[in-house]
Amino acid sequence: MRRQFNSALQNESIDRSSKKKKFCRFKKSGIKYIDYKDPSFLKQFINDQGKILPRRITGTSSKYQKKVAQAVKRARHLALLPYTTDSN
Amino acid sequence: MNKNYETVFIINPVLSEKQVEDTVKKYQKVLVSNKIKTICDESLGFKELAYPISNKNSGFFHLFQYETEKIDFVKNLETELKRDRSILRYITVSLCKDALEYNARRAKGEFNKKKK
Repeated sequence: MRRQFNSALQNESIDRSSKKKKFCRFKKSGIKYIDYKDPSFLKQFINDQGKILPRRITGTSSKYQKKVAQAVKRARHLALLPYTTDSN
Repeated sequence: MNKNYETVFIINPVLSEKQVEDTVKKYQKVLVSNKIKTICDESLGFKELAYPISNKNSGFFHLFQYETEKIDFVKNLETELKRDRSILRYITVSLCKDALEYNARRAKGEFNKKKK
């Protein structure tokens, strides 16, 4: 009786197969240099407002996050990417 | 030791094609007259700007890659670009090893193939 009671109280097991682990795309595909002249590629790392996406969302490693940020800022200076976009 | 630099500048879209060519030639001459080894000299084409710069919404992009040990030359080039009214914006970047490798591959046109 006691065993049955315990099993009823236990939480259901979580399905971990749906939770995929994030990975750094630069490490995985072996990209060493991020070009600031390629806005179509850099657009993957900014949101609709033109802000740089955080590491926790893109999964980029800290080494490459710095390089992404630098490249985005250079592209903004050359007007290849917007500093801000109006949501109006 | 020689360092590699890369300069990109935006030329005023109001100018005619000849005037654009002339401004590019002007800076090519500056590179040649200072006996600087030019690695890449490429027009990146006519592009739309993400935001207006001095009321212009587009511009001609041009890229220079060169090798020099004189930092003074880079400074002089930048001041000339700054004074030039037909240049909307410019950026000079010193290149690391990985960037050189990337640029060499880009010059061969490896990346354009992927896009197609």
